[in-house]
Amino acid sequence: MQVVSPIREHLVTGGKTLHDITEDISRHVEGNPTKEWKMVFGISLAVLAYGGYWAYQTWFHGLGNWGLNKTVGWAWDITNFVWWVGIGHAGTLISAILLLFRQKWRTSINRAAEAMTIFAVLCAGTFIFFHMGRPWLAYWALPLPNTFGSLWINFNSPLVWDVFAISTYLSVSLLFWYIGLVPDLATIRDRATGLRKTIYGALAMGWTGGARSWARYEDVSLILAGLSTPLVLSVHTIVSMDFATSVIPGWHTTIFPPYFVAGAIFSGFAMVQNLMLIVRVVYKLEDYITIEHISLMNKIITVTGSIVGVAYITEFFIAAYSGVQYESYAFVNRATGPLWWSYMAMMTCNVLSPQIFWFKKMRESIVVSFVIAVVVNIGMWFERFVIIVTSLHRDYLPSSWTYFTPRMGDIGDYLFTFGFFFVCFLLFAKFLPVINMAEVKAVLKSSSEKKSNK
Amino acid sequence: MASKKFILGVYEDDEDVLNAVSDVREKGIKIHEVYSPFAIHGLDTALGYPRARMGVPAFLFGITGTSLAFLLTFWTMGWDWPMIVGGKNFVPFPTNIPIVFELTVLLAAYGMSFVFFGMEGLYPGSKPVIFDERITDDKFVMAIDLDKSGASEEDIKNALEASGASEVNVKEI
Repeated sequence: MQVVSPIREHLVTGGKTLHDITEDISRHVEGNPTKEWKMVFGISLAVLAYGGYWAYQTWFHGLGNWGLNKTVGWAWDITNFVWWVGIGHAGTLISAILLLFRQKWRTSINRAAEAMTIFAVLCAGTFIFFHMGRPWLAYWALPLPNTFGSLWINFNSPLVWDVFAISTYLSVSLLFWYIGLVPDLATIRDRATGLRKTIYGALAMGWTGGARSWARYEDVSLILAGLSTPLVLSVHTIVSMDFATSVIPGWHTTIFPPYFVAGAIFSGFAMVQNLMLIVRVVYKLEDYITIEHISLMNKIITVTGSIVGVAYITEFFIAAYSGVQYESYAFVNRATGPLWWSYMAMMTCNVLSPQIFWFKKMRESIVVSFVIAVVVNIGMWFERFVIIVTSLHRDYLPSSWTYFTPRMGDIGDYLFTFGFFFVCFLLFAKFLPVINMAEVKAVLKSSSEKKSNK
Repeated sequence: MASKKFILGVYEDDEDVLNAVSDVREKGIKIHEVYSPFAIHGLDTALGYPRARMGVPAFLFGITGTSLAFLLTFWTMGWDWPMIVGGKNFVPFPTNIPIVFELTVLLAAYGMSFVFFGMEGLYPGSKPVIFDERITDDKFVMAIDLDKSGASEEDIKNALEASGASEVNVKEI
């Protein structure tokens, strides 16, 4: 007998049957693209093309088209890198951690969140390649015996840890996503004809849905979740170590790993919220991505927003308490120096704005959720900007103090990744099921309206 | 190749098929496989399958990843081309941990998944036997191989109908 918690709202509304789920989700894969899809895809392609021009400039003519100077050697590039990696975290969090905690509400959103993870991590990787200056030599970051004799990469360097962390994270996320897709690809295969049947058939790899396969599949999913959970925490921990292992005031702090992970989950959930709200409306999936889902995501956004808020205050306190004048100055300068506006943007967007979700009405409002999610993403971008640029622009030597102003190269490269992200996401939403049909079907009985109406 | 005859019981609900498995097995009929659009918890136990131990390949590949990573970092940094960076030892254990961790996870995840694909015969171009295309949509199908069932066709059909199957079909493959 299934026990249904009375405090939970239904996760699937509209009295759906198993067949309805197949129909509702497969329809978008099988039908022609909608007008809205074509419009958004066109805009994304235009952004990709425009950004692509600047990406070309950066790759082949060097980093001179960025606004970097001798004091601020990292700025938008690393800000964007950390931001995109952070965006990617919610996918694995929803898939893995919520799976381990047996949270059924993840089933409607995990597929799109995982896809988002992969595209976001690819965007993040782009900035690593940009920043190399000679991206065609990117393979030098791998431990390969090379033409200079047996000169190896430096395993003591956090930047090498990054290479391992990001590439492992990308590969394992891709695997997790693909394994999750296999049963649904089989569903599409069994409904398709002609060339589509061949393509989806190849992708489904012969899945039949036998009990033995399901038992092993469930075991594999659970173990992958168990492996991905520490992985997702390790990735942003390692990204934070890029800063924490340095001796720059404002970076050299032990709070960075948990603070970065919380921030990543915060911004990742905000991006999932934005994407799912768009998918919900465009694909008319209100019965699957319900107000309950939106509300639960908003609760996580509030919790993680508050965690980063505590981290900001803790950092400030520790800087003052440490008695190190450079450290104290770095933080006072963040809030009151020439880049005070970015600090204020960060505090307002990240700490104050999500507090609105303490009110149920706000938490369940689509418009408010969408706006706050956008605001949070802006705020989290500013958080990375504040950490990186405000710490660098006032270094130990007042004679080298400077200011950072972005140039068109910085903006163009950022636009390139936006275009890339949305083009990939839209292609995913068109050609693959955006909601995990098999998992939603599995939770249908215990969490649908139909059950309680019986 | 001579074709094989399968008797298929189609069920509408996961609980029905789960109960049906016990009913059919109690009558001494051997079940070939039960197919469903989603994982039904307890079905593998009801069918008498041993526990899926995918943790074993995960562990073995994981430990291989750990060993390879230690070997790689220690050999390259400490032996083949010893480098002193920032006053650290040739083989500073703590700074190798991120690499070791990542390679452990990478090999465990991929190794286990490929073992899973291999065990299930999942690969692009694989030609699966699909008893009923509604299996991946909304139907639950119990397939019984007539030759290996240990019962007559009539007895199997009766048993399937008695266990709540909404349809009983015969398929030769």
